[in-house]
Amino acid sequence: MTTETHVDHTNYVKIWAILVALLIVSVLGSMSHVREIVLIAAFGVALVKAYLVAKNFMHINVEKRWVPYLLIVCLLFIAILFAGVAPDVLKHNGLHWSKNPADVLVPSAAGATKNE
Amino acid sequence: MSASAKPIANARSGTGIPSARLITWWVIASEIVIFGGLLASYIMHRVAHPEWAESASHTLTWAGALNTFILLTSSLCAVLAHQAADSHDGPKAAKLLRLTALGGLIFLCVKGYEWTLDIREGFVLSSGGFWSFYYTLAGLHGLHVLAGMIIMLIVAADAAKNEELQRVECIGLYWHFVDIVWIFLFPLLYIAK
Repeated sequence: MTTETHVDHTNYVKIWAILVALLIVSVLGSMSHVREIVLIAAFGVALVKAYLVAKNFMHINVEKRWVPYLLIVCLLFIAILFAGVAPDVLKHNGLHWSKNPADVLVPSAAGATKNE
Repeated sequence: MSASAKPIANARSGTGIPSARLITWWVIASEIVIFGGLLASYIMHRVAHPEWAESASHTLTWAGALNTFILLTSSLCAVLAHQAADSHDGPKAAKLLRLTALGGLIFLCVKGYEWTLDIREGFVLSSGGFWSFYYTLAGLHGLHVLAGMIIMLIVAADAAKNEELQRVECIGLYWHFVDIVWIFLFPLLYIAK
């Protein structure tokens, strides 16, 4: 079994120039007063930049197939974390729950704070 | 050096990937969970607290952009070092790795300057939710940059003697990952205001 992955070294300076151009786009986009343009310039461009680095600098496209799968599984764990926790952070109540302020849940602690 | 005398990280490959590169991918997978968890927490809290935009407006966009440029350029040096190592040109790979580490040093200097200004203005770790995330995320990332620089200089010392050239690719992979983390930190901390 071979232990080497053949990497075709592309024109890295060209990839770097594209990344710098995208950086300029994101900075210019951040000056816009249109929220959608700012979001696309910020996060859309970041996704493209990350893809270019992963593909051309990390050569993830020529790595063994299970390597990107491993990384995708890790990202899925983060998505599950986000989906599980975000409702508690973003919402004040749900089907069978409501979020009470800490001083309502623990009156003694609220009293202690007032006495400080 | 004969193949049998090589360290196990260079010679063994139960998965089709040399063990040294395999462990690097494994480290990156672990780091995805560490940084991903922090970023996910920051995003959900940032959405829940629109008033954090006022705090975010104090961050220096030009400093973040300059640091992005520095990290992208250092990543270019790292991948060119990998190319040189593949051509068995150890001294050239070492020179490029040292340039990469220099990029990391400049990045940390800019970050230090930026934090000095923030602290002088009274924005410290305990100044509010945004600043807690700001210092934690950027600080953890800065520690990764520092660790990468130290390992890179060690790898460069061997590479200069045409030894252990397979390590050049591994430290490069780690450095590119650190670059990708910053690519997401930049819009989250400096652009979304």
